[in-house]
Amino acid sequence: MTASLGRIVAVVPAFDESEVIGKVVDEIRAFDPDIDVVVVDDASTDDTAAVADSHGAIVLRLPHNVGIGGAVQTGFKFALAEGYDTAVRLDGDGQHDAAELGKLLAPLERREADLVIGSRFVDPDGTYRPPLARRIGIRVFARLVSTLGGQRVTDTTSGYLALDRVGIELFAAEYPHDYPEVEATLVALRSGLSLAQVQVRMRERETGSSSITFLRSLYYVAKVTLALLVASLRRYPRLETARR
Amino acid sequence: MTPLRISIVGVVASALLILIVLELIRGRRLKERYALLWLATGVVLLVLSAWREALNTIAGWLGVTGYPPAVLFAVATLFILLVLLHYSTVLSKLTDENVELAQRIALLEERVSRVLSESRGPG
Repeated sequence: MTASLGRIVAVVPAFDESEVIGKVVDEIRAFDPDIDVVVVDDASTDDTAAVADSHGAIVLRLPHNVGIGGAVQTGFKFALAEGYDTAVRLDGDGQHDAAELGKLLAPLERREADLVIGSRFVDPDGTYRPPLARRIGIRVFARLVSTLGGQRVTDTTSGYLALDRVGIELFAAEYPHDYPEVEATLVALRSGLSLAQVQVRMRERETGSSSITFLRSLYYVAKVTLALLVASLRRYPRLETARR
Repeated sequence: MTPLRISIVGVVASALLILIVLELIRGRRLKERYALLWLATGVVLLVLSAWREALNTIAGWLGVTGYPPAVLFAVATLFILLVLLHYSTVLSKLTDENVELAQRIALLEERVSRVLSESRGPG
Protein backbone atom coordinates (compact mmCIF):
# COMPACT_ATOMS: atom_id res chain seq x y z
CA MET A 1 0.00 0.00 0.00
CA THR A 2 2.92 2.32 0.56
CA ALA A 3 4.59 1.94 -2.83
CA SER A 4 3.78 5.46 -4.07
CA LEU A 5 5.34 6.98 -0.97
CA GLY A 6 8.85 5.94 -1.97
CA ARG A 7 11.35 5.22 0.76
CA ILE A 8 9.92 5.84 4.22
CA VAL A 9 11.81 6.61 7.39
CA ALA A 10 10.34 6.63 10.89
CA VAL A 11 12.02 9.17 13.17
CA VAL A 12 11.75 8.22 16.84
CA PRO A 13 13.25 10.62 19.41
CA ALA A 14 14.03 8.86 22.68
CA PHE A 15 15.39 9.86 26.04
CA ASP A 16 15.76 7.14 28.68
CA GLU A 17 13.17 4.85 27.10
CA SER A 18 15.05 1.54 27.26
CA GLU A 19 11.99 -0.23 28.66
CA VAL A 20 9.68 0.58 25.76
CA ILE A 21 11.89 1.57 22.82
CA GLY A 22 12.26 -2.03 21.67
CA LYS A 23 8.51 -2.46 21.47
CA VAL A 24 8.13 0.88 19.64
CA VAL A 25 10.66 -0.22 17.00
CA ASP A 26 9.06 -3.67 16.68
CA GLU A 27 5.59 -2.20 16.17
CA ILE A 28 6.75 0.11 13.39
CA ARG A 29 8.48 -2.78 11.66
CA ALA A 30 5.40 -4.92 12.16
CA PHE A 31 3.30 -2.25 10.43
CA ASP A 32 5.65 -2.22 7.44
CA PRO A 33 9.02 -3.99 7.45
CA ASP A 34 10.24 -1.72 4.62
CA ILE A 35 10.13 1.37 6.83
CA ASP A 36 13.58 2.26 8.13
CA VAL A 37 13.38 3.11 11.81
CA VAL A 38 15.75 5.80 13.04
CA VAL A 39 15.96 6.18 16.80
CA VAL A 40 17.51 9.47 17.84
CA ASP A 41 18.96 8.91 21.29
CA ASP A 42 19.02 12.28 23.04
CA ALA A 43 21.96 11.39 25.30
CA SER A 44 20.04 8.86 27.38
CA THR A 45 21.56 7.74 30.64
CA ASP A 46 20.23 4.20 30.20
CA ASP A 47 20.83 1.71 27.37
CA THR A 48 18.13 3.08 25.03
CA ALA A 49 20.60 3.15 22.11
CA ALA A 50 21.73 -0.46 22.59
CA VAL A 51 18.15 -1.74 22.88
CA ALA A 52 17.05 0.16 19.77
CA ASP A 53 20.06 -1.17 17.89
CA SER A 54 19.33 -4.77 18.90
CA HIS A 55 15.78 -4.37 17.58
CA GLY A 56 17.10 -3.39 14.18
CA ALA A 57 16.82 0.38 14.30
CA ILE A 58 19.34 2.79 12.87
CA VAL A 59 20.54 4.69 15.94
CA LEU A 60 21.73 8.28 15.96
CA ARG A 61 23.36 9.07 19.29
CA LEU A 62 23.53 12.70 20.29
CA PRO A 63 26.60 13.57 22.36
CA HIS A 64 24.58 15.63 24.81
CA ASN A 65 20.94 16.32 25.48
CA VAL A 66 19.62 18.76 22.87
CA GLY A 67 15.92 18.62 23.70
CA ILE A 68 13.08 16.95 21.87
CA GLY A 69 13.01 19.40 18.92
CA GLY A 70 16.73 19.19 18.28
CA ALA A 71 16.54 15.39 18.47
CA VAL A 72 13.63 15.16 16.04
CA GLN A 73 15.35 17.55 13.64
CA THR A 74 18.43 15.31 13.68
CA GLY A 75 16.18 12.59 12.29
CA PHE A 76 14.78 14.90 9.60
CA LYS A 77 18.33 15.93 8.62
CA PHE A 78 19.18 12.24 8.31
CA ALA A 79 16.08 11.73 6.15
CA LEU A 80 17.09 14.64 3.92
CA ALA A 81 20.72 13.55 3.60
CA GLU A 82 19.81 9.92 2.87
CA GLY A 83 17.20 10.86 0.28
CA TYR A 84 14.03 9.54 1.91
CA ASP A 85 10.76 10.54 0.23
CA THR A 86 8.54 10.28 3.28
CA ALA A 87 9.13 10.63 7.00
CA VAL A 88 6.94 9.83 9.97
CA ARG A 89 7.67 10.83 13.52
CA LEU A 90 6.60 8.88 16.59
CA ASP A 91 7.51 9.39 20.21
CA GLY A 92 9.92 6.94 21.79
CA ASP A 93 7.70 6.46 24.84
CA GLY A 94 5.14 4.36 23.01
CA GLN A 95 2.23 6.80 23.22
CA HIS A 96 1.90 6.86 19.42
CA ASP A 97 0.43 3.60 18.17
CA ALA A 98 2.23 2.44 15.01
CA ALA A 99 -0.95 0.63 13.97
CA GLU A 100 -2.33 4.11 13.17
CA LEU A 101 0.46 4.87 10.67
CA GLY A 102 -1.76 3.90 7.74
CA LYS A 103 -4.12 6.78 8.58
CA LEU A 104 -1.24 9.26 8.67
CA LEU A 105 0.23 8.09 5.39
CA ALA A 106 -3.05 7.96 3.44
CA PRO A 107 -3.28 11.74 2.71
CA LEU A 108 0.36 11.76 1.58
CA GLU A 109 -0.30 8.81 -0.69
CA ARG A 110 -3.24 10.64 -2.28
CA ARG A 111 -0.99 13.72 -2.59
CA GLU A 112 -3.47 15.82 -0.65
CA ALA A 113 -1.04 17.08 1.95
CA ASP A 114 2.63 17.70 2.71
CA LEU A 115 2.19 17.42 6.45
CA VAL A 116 -0.26 15.10 8.19
CA ILE A 117 -0.81 15.52 11.91
CA GLY A 118 -2.25 12.78 14.03
CA SER A 119 -4.77 14.73 16.05
CA ARG A 120 -6.68 13.70 19.13
CA PHE A 121 -9.45 16.19 18.44
CA VAL A 122 -10.52 15.96 14.78
CA ASP A 123 -13.31 13.63 15.67
CA PRO A 124 -13.08 13.22 19.43
CA ASP A 125 -14.31 9.90 20.67
CA GLY A 126 -14.02 10.96 24.28
CA THR A 127 -11.21 8.59 25.13
CA TYR A 128 -8.60 11.31 25.47
CA ARG A 129 -9.29 13.58 28.46
CA PRO A 130 -6.23 15.58 29.47
CA PRO A 131 -6.25 17.59 32.70
CA LEU A 132 -8.17 20.88 32.51
CA ALA A 133 -5.13 23.20 32.40
CA ARG A 134 -3.61 21.17 29.62
CA ARG A 135 -6.88 21.04 27.71
CA ILE A 136 -7.17 24.82 27.85
CA GLY A 137 -3.56 25.19 26.70
CA ILE A 138 -4.08 22.85 23.76
CA ARG A 139 -7.29 24.68 22.82
CA VAL A 140 -5.74 28.16 23.05
CA PHE A 141 -2.66 27.26 21.02
CA ALA A 142 -4.81 25.53 18.40
CA ARG A 143 -6.91 28.68 18.08
CA LEU A 144 -3.81 30.91 17.90
CA VAL A 145 -2.12 28.79 15.21
CA SER A 146 -5.37 28.58 13.24
CA THR A 147 -5.70 32.37 13.26
CA LEU A 148 -2.07 33.15 12.51
CA GLY A 149 -1.68 30.33 9.97
CA GLY A 150 -4.97 30.76 8.16
CA GLN A 151 -6.11 27.15 8.44
CA ARG A 152 -8.04 25.40 11.17
CA VAL A 153 -5.80 23.20 13.28
CA THR A 154 -7.26 21.06 16.04
CA ASP A 155 -4.22 19.64 17.80
CA THR A 156 -0.98 21.59 17.58
CA THR A 157 0.70 19.80 20.46
CA SER A 158 0.64 16.37 18.84
CA GLY A 159 4.04 14.98 17.91
CA TYR A 160 2.59 12.21 15.76
CA LEU A 161 3.06 13.32 12.15
CA ALA A 162 3.97 12.37 8.60
CA LEU A 163 5.85 14.48 6.04
CA ASP A 164 6.52 14.36 2.33
CA ARG A 165 9.84 15.45 0.82
CA VAL A 166 8.89 19.15 0.93
CA GLY A 167 8.07 18.81 4.61
CA ILE A 168 11.32 16.97 5.30
CA GLU A 169 13.29 19.76 3.60
CA LEU A 170 11.48 22.44 5.60
CA PHE A 171 11.84 20.79 9.00
CA ALA A 172 15.45 19.72 8.35
CA ALA A 173 16.24 23.41 7.84
CA GLU A 174 13.93 24.89 10.44
CA TYR A 175 12.61 23.22 13.55
CA PRO A 176 12.40 24.72 17.06
CA HIS A 177 14.69 23.09 19.59
CA ASP A 178 12.47 22.98 22.65
CA TYR A 179 8.70 22.41 22.79
CA PRO A 180 8.65 22.42 18.98
CA GLU A 181 5.25 21.12 17.89
CA VAL A 182 3.10 24.25 18.07
CA GLU A 183 5.58 26.57 16.39
CA ALA A 184 6.53 24.00 13.75
CA THR A 185 2.88 23.70 12.72
CA LEU A 186 2.67 27.46 12.20
CA VAL A 187 5.97 27.54 10.28
CA ALA A 188 4.64 24.80 7.99
CA LEU A 189 1.40 26.70 7.34
CA ARG A 190 3.20 29.98 6.68
CA SER A 191 5.59 28.22 4.30
CA GLY A 192 2.61 27.14 2.23
CA LEU A 193 2.57 23.45 3.11
CA SER A 194 -0.83 21.88 2.94
CA LEU A 195 -1.85 20.30 6.16
CA ALA A 196 -4.13 17.36 6.82
CA GLN A 197 -5.29 16.14 10.18
CA VAL A 198 -6.41 12.64 10.94
CA GLN A 199 -7.94 11.31 14.10
CA VAL A 200 -5.63 8.99 15.99
CA ARG A 201 -5.82 7.21 19.27
CA MET A 202 -2.99 7.85 21.67
CA ARG A 203 -1.98 5.59 24.49
CA GLU A 204 -1.20 6.58 28.00
CA ARG A 205 2.51 6.80 28.67
CA GLU A 206 3.83 3.39 29.60
CA THR A 207 6.83 4.49 31.63
CA GLY A 208 8.44 7.71 32.76
CA SER A 209 6.62 10.98 32.98
CA SER A 210 5.63 13.66 30.51
CA SER A 211 8.40 16.14 29.79
CA ILE A 212 6.01 18.92 30.74
CA THR A 213 5.99 19.27 34.52
CA PHE A 214 4.02 21.94 36.31
CA LEU A 215 7.05 24.16 36.87
CA ARG A 216 8.09 24.00 33.25
CA SER A 217 4.63 24.75 31.96
CA LEU A 218 5.09 28.44 32.68
CA TYR A 219 8.21 28.53 30.53
CA TYR A 220 6.37 26.42 27.94
CA VAL A 221 3.48 28.86 27.62
CA ALA A 222 5.73 31.95 27.56
CA LYS A 223 8.17 30.47 25.06
CA VAL A 224 5.57 29.09 22.68
CA THR A 225 3.44 32.25 22.77
CA LEU A 226 6.46 34.44 22.06
CA ALA A 227 7.64 32.10 19.30
CA LEU A 228 4.21 32.11 17.65
CA LEU A 229 3.92 35.89 17.70
CA VAL A 230 7.43 36.36 16.32
CA ALA A 231 6.92 33.64 13.71
CA SER A 232 3.87 35.48 12.47
CA LEU A 233 6.01 38.62 12.02
CA ARG A 234 8.60 36.75 9.97
CA ARG A 235 8.40 36.24 6.26
CA TYR A 236 8.67 32.65 5.12
CA PRO A 237 9.46 31.71 1.52
CA ARG A 238 6.46 29.91 0.00
CA LEU A 239 7.60 26.43 -0.87
CA GLU A 240 6.68 24.62 -4.06
CA THR A 241 4.26 22.03 -2.82
CA ALA A 242 2.75 19.33 -4.96
CA ARG A 243 -0.76 20.24 -3.91
CA ARG A 244 -1.13 23.79 -5.21
CA MET B 1 8.03 62.81 43.44
CA THR B 2 9.62 61.34 40.31
CA PRO B 3 10.62 64.02 37.81
CA LEU B 4 8.48 63.71 34.65
CA ARG B 5 11.56 63.78 32.45
CA ILE B 6 12.92 60.63 34.13
CA SER B 7 9.61 58.83 33.58
CA ILE B 8 9.66 59.74 29.89
CA VAL B 9 13.26 58.61 29.46
CA GLY B 10 12.43 55.39 31.33
CA VAL B 11 9.43 54.65 29.12
CA VAL B 12 11.34 55.33 25.92
CA ALA B 13 14.37 53.30 26.98
CA SER B 14 12.39 50.25 28.14
CA ALA B 15 10.13 50.34 25.06
CA LEU B 16 13.26 50.47 22.93
CA LEU B 17 14.68 47.46 24.79
CA ILE B 18 11.50 45.46 24.13
CA LEU B 19 11.48 46.38 20.44
CA ILE B 20 15.17 45.53 20.00
CA VAL B 21 14.71 42.14 21.69
CA LEU B 22 11.68 41.33 19.49
CA GLU B 23 13.56 42.35 16.35
CA LEU B 24 16.54 40.18 17.37
CA ILE B 25 14.26 37.16 17.76
CA ARG B 26 12.56 37.89 14.45
CA GLY B 27 15.94 38.02 12.75
CA ARG B 28 16.89 34.71 14.44
CA ARG B 29 19.81 36.31 16.24
CA LEU B 30 18.27 35.60 19.65
CA LYS B 31 16.49 32.46 20.81
CA GLU B 32 13.20 32.77 22.69
CA ARG B 33 14.75 30.88 25.58
CA TYR B 34 17.28 33.66 26.16
CA ALA B 35 14.92 36.50 25.29
CA LEU B 36 12.28 35.88 27.95
CA LEU B 37 14.32 37.37 30.80
CA TRP B 38 15.17 40.45 28.71
CA LEU B 39 11.51 40.91 27.83
CA ALA B 40 10.54 40.61 31.49
CA THR B 41 13.16 43.27 32.28
CA GLY B 42 11.75 45.56 29.61
CA VAL B 43 8.15 45.10 30.70
CA VAL B 44 8.84 45.64 34.42
CA LEU B 45 10.88 48.78 33.73
CA LEU B 46 8.22 50.03 31.33
CA VAL B 47 5.48 49.59 33.91
CA LEU B 48 7.49 51.22 36.70
CA SER B 49 8.45 54.15 34.46
CA ALA B 50 4.97 54.78 33.13
CA TRP B 51 3.03 54.17 36.34
CA ARG B 52 4.50 56.93 38.45
CA GLU B 53 2.30 56.40 41.51
CA ALA B 54 3.36 52.75 41.72
CA LEU B 55 7.01 53.75 41.67
CA ASN B 56 6.39 56.28 44.44
CA THR B 57 4.46 53.71 46.50
CA ILE B 58 7.19 51.09 46.16
CA ALA B 59 9.79 53.72 47.03
CA GLY B 60 7.73 54.48 50.15
CA TRP B 61 7.67 50.79 51.15
CA LEU B 62 11.42 50.55 50.74
CA GLY B 63 12.01 53.73 52.71
CA VAL B 64 13.39 55.58 49.70
CA THR B 65 11.91 58.94 50.59
CA GLY B 66 14.18 61.39 48.84
CA TYR B 67 14.37 60.18 45.28
CA PRO B 68 11.90 57.53 43.98
CA PRO B 69 13.71 56.95 40.62
CA ALA B 70 16.46 55.27 42.65
CA VAL B 71 14.03 52.32 42.83
CA LEU B 72 14.01 52.22 39.04
CA PHE B 73 17.79 51.90 38.98
CA ALA B 74 17.71 49.28 41.73
CA VAL B 75 15.16 47.17 39.83
CA ALA B 76 17.12 47.53 36.59
CA THR B 77 20.30 46.45 38.36
CA LEU B 78 18.55 43.46 39.90
CA PHE B 79 17.30 42.28 36.52
CA ILE B 80 20.69 42.77 34.90
CA LEU B 81 22.20 40.64 37.66
CA LEU B 82 19.60 37.94 37.00
CA VAL B 83 20.34 37.97 33.28
CA LEU B 84 24.08 37.76 33.93
CA LEU B 85 23.67 34.91 36.40
CA HIS B 86 21.47 33.07 33.91
CA TYR B 87 24.10 33.55 31.22
CA SER B 88 26.82 32.22 33.52
CA THR B 89 24.89 28.98 33.96
CA VAL B 90 24.30 28.76 30.20
CA LEU B 91 27.98 29.39 29.55
CA SER B 92 28.98 26.66 31.98
CA LYS B 93 26.70 24.16 30.27
CA LEU B 94 28.01 25.16 26.84
CA THR B 95 31.60 24.71 28.04
CA ASP B 96 30.87 21.16 29.17
CA GLU B 97 29.04 20.33 25.96
CA ASN B 98 31.83 21.77 23.86
CA VAL B 99 34.41 19.56 25.54
CA GLU B 100 32.13 16.57 25.08
CA LEU B 101 31.77 17.36 21.37
CA ALA B 102 35.51 17.71 20.86
CA GLN B 103 36.09 14.37 22.60
CA ARG B 104 33.43 12.65 20.52
CA ILE B 105 34.97 14.00 17.30
CA ALA B 106 38.44 12.84 18.33
CA LEU B 107 37.13 9.32 18.99
CA LEU B 108 35.13 9.33 15.73
CA GLU B 109 38.10 10.48 13.65
CA GLU B 110 40.24 7.72 15.05
CA ARG B 111 37.50 5.17 14.38
CA VAL B 112 36.83 6.40 10.83
CA SER B 113 40.51 6.30 9.90
CA ARG B 114 40.83 2.81 11.38
CA VAL B 115 37.75 1.56 9.47
CA LEU B 116 39.02 3.18 6.26
CA SER B 117 42.49 1.63 6.54
CA GLU B 118 40.95 -1.77 7.35
CA SER B 119 38.66 -1.60 4.31
CA ARG B 120 41.60 -0.76 2.07
CA GLY B 121 43.18 -3.96 3.31
CA PRO B 122 46.64 -4.54 4.71
CA GLY B 123 49.49 -2.96 2.81
